[in-house]
Amino acid sequence: MTDETAGRVPRSDNAMAMDARVRRRRAAESRFRAYGLIACLIGVAALVTLLATVLTNGIGAYRQAFVTLEVALPADRLDPDGTGTRESMQKVSTFGYGPLIAEAVERTLADRGVVIEGATPEDAAGLISREAPAQLRNYVLNNPEVLDQTVEFNFLAGGRIDGYLKGRVTMESAQRDSNVTPEQLQIADVLQEEGILSLRFNPGFITQPDASDQRPEAAGLGVAILGSLYMMLIVLVLALPIGVAASIYLEEFAPRSRWTDIIEVNISNLAAVPSIVFGILGLAIFINFAGLPQSAPIVGGLVLTLMTLPTIIIATRASLRAVPPSIRDAALGVGASRMQAVFHHVLPLAAPGILTGTIIGIAQALGETAPLLLIGMVAFVRGYPSAPPGGLFDPASALPVQVYNWTQRSDPAFVERASGAIIALLVVLITLNALAVILRRRFERRW
Amino acid sequence: MNDMRLVERQVDDREIKIAAKDVQVFYGTTHAIRDVNIDIKDRMVTAFIGPSGCGKSTFLRCLNRMNDTIDAARVHGSITLDGQDIYDPQIDPVQLRARVGMVFQKPNPFPKSIYDNVAYGPRIHGLSRSKADLDEIVESSLRRAAIWNEVKDRLHAPGTGLSGGQQQRLCIARAVATQPEVLLMDEPCSALDPIATAQVEELIDELRSQFSVVIVTHSMQQAARVSQRTAFFHLGNLVEYGETGQIFTNPQDPRTESYISGRIG
Ligand SMILES: Nc1ncnc2c1ncn2[C@@H]1O[C@H](COP(=O)(O)OP(=O)(O)OP(=O)(O)O)[C@@H](O)[C@H]1O
Ligand SMILES: [Mg+2]
Repeated sequence: MTDETAGRVPRSDNAMAMDARVRRRRAAESRFRAYGLIACLIGVAALVTLLATVLTNGIGAYRQAFVTLEVALPADRLDPDGTGTRESMQKVSTFGYGPLIAEAVERTLADRGVVIEGATPEDAAGLISREAPAQLRNYVLNNPEVLDQTVEFNFLAGGRIDGYLKGRVTMESAQRDSNVTPEQLQIADVLQEEGILSLRFNPGFITQPDASDQRPEAAGLGVAILGSLYMMLIVLVLALPIGVAASIYLEEFAPRSRWTDIIEVNISNLAAVPSIVFGILGLAIFINFAGLPQSAPIVGGLVLTLMTLPTIIIATRASLRAVPPSIRDAALGVGASRMQAVFHHVLPLAAPGILTGTIIGIAQALGETAPLLLIGMVAFVRGYPSAPPGGLFDPASALPVQVYNWTQRSDPAFVERASGAIIALLVVLITLNALAVILRRRFERRW
Repeated sequence: MNDMRLVERQVDDREIKIAAKDVQVFYGTTHAIRDVNIDIKDRMVTAFIGPSGCGKSTFLRCLNRMNDTIDAARVHGSITLDGQDIYDPQIDPVQLRARVGMVFQKPNPFPKSIYDNVAYGPRIHGLSRSKADLDEIVESSLRRAAIWNEVKDRLHAPGTGLSGGQQQRLCIARAVATQPEVLLMDEPCSALDPIATAQVEELIDELRSQFSVVIVTHSMQQAARVSQRTAFFHLGNLVEYGETGQIFTNPQDPRTESYISGRIG
């Protein structure tokens, strides 16, 4: 031992020996691993609970109680002019169809010899959704050849009957409920046994527009999905090029100066601004100042573009910065211009990051509710927006707003609808994220 | 004896390709290059030697304005290429870099195929008329960089999948493919084995017939082998510049002498 090492603790030369320090280090390592594992488990548990709740609550919205009835469509009542033209048939409102359905119910019950004590014909007709006459009317208007025939038709059952089949409504609750009587539930029991009333897959939940408070069974996401789709299109078309162009300029061309620093700080700040502020901004600028229509996807899309821009810019700049500078040097060194260096070499390498950032930004925008409430996207919209570009100015709803809207309604059937809408939203989000992962895998290149 | 004199006279006759006058380089407040005056002659190999951090790379990067890409770097003084001031606002640095090619200290192939790495320069400068032309350029460049035999079967494999030394030679091929008039090489052999080094030195010797080559090297032997003129840098100053033989056998400055004999480094 020389003088220099004198006084130091001698190191154990035996790699097999477990001295106190080694044990402490190992203990610290396994402790840390345990913390990490616990954190992951908590996260996974939270996610699983969330998904399980949403799925159990919402999956019912995709199945709906339908009543299959033979309904007679006499021409003399549905075609007053006797011409068989659309104009003539349009003169008959839904009030003309209601009795036809009531008669069909009555006849069906009579045919099967179903007698329920204390049940009136109104009770029986009340099993069918109030939306049913409109359903039937649309069908007849689109298929005039069925006049004077008897057709089999699947009518939506009323929301309470649907709830009864799903266990939400019981005999006891029906006694206290002004919207349904125990007799109706008894009829429903019989019809279910006869196979006339059953739960079936309900495509209308995806395709139909929203319905009023009294008709939860008819409410669908069609308009909301279209509205969200239109807004995502606008966000993609505007935010991606603007964001990428801004990032390339800031990262590759702009000289480092006080101005670029200020811009940089402001972009970061913008990313932290609460989304409702963007809604106020959109209301003030796009609706009050620019005079764009309320509730329109164009306004929602513009507001969401503003919100998404910082996300895209930050992600793009980060992925541009992650490209090693030696690649730029290499390109410049063989006489490429800065633009060629960026477009031929840097951008392709940054593309996976940019795509991921963009998709995450769009997914965020898709789930955003608050700013849309302020620009009137919460309105009750029954009509589908037309095809873009004109349709961008038509009133529409949006998926998250529809969820919010339905949770506000009193009928418990809407709770199921809202959860069903959340499922739709989650499916879209998961698809988008999967897309991000796939694109990333696809384009990722190592250097 | 007569032959020697003939060679020397030829050397002196060569015209000046690059002339640097009073060049100063600052990185922010750091004064990295001080008062460098140097004439680099055409069709000749000039070696820059000096201890690490003395500014060889920095000065080399002035010669094709690669320092423009570093925000903090400022260059003063004048550098002319064929009598034209390369820092003149009229000069397009992109054009300049096509004429003055560069091989960097760290190998930096594009994350593309070997073929695309070499073909990139000719493509953007429109040096080939046809695919066959381009193939020809790629092959001859790879041959000159002494890497053809190793990669000829996998031209479409990624250039980043090569070994460090192969990558360095790929970068040399890429620089040669654009047919520059001046080739700046920053320690091109630092990652190469002796055989590849010998091949690259052969290439440098061959390039001398068409280009002027400036090579930064930490190997005295290499400088002595390949260069006709040698410049010794120390702490940002150009200490001594002259015929390679004279620098190595009879240095004028005591700092040069101690560096060459291994006392500073
Ligand atoms: N980008 C930069 N920013 C700030 N200072 C720099 C930068 N590049 C180089 N320098 C400084 O300039 C000086 C010269 O560096 P340079 O890279 O030219 O040295 P070198 O002679 O090439 O050394 P080596 O032989 O190790 O490559 C060093 O002191 C270095 O710290
Ligand atoms: Mg260097």
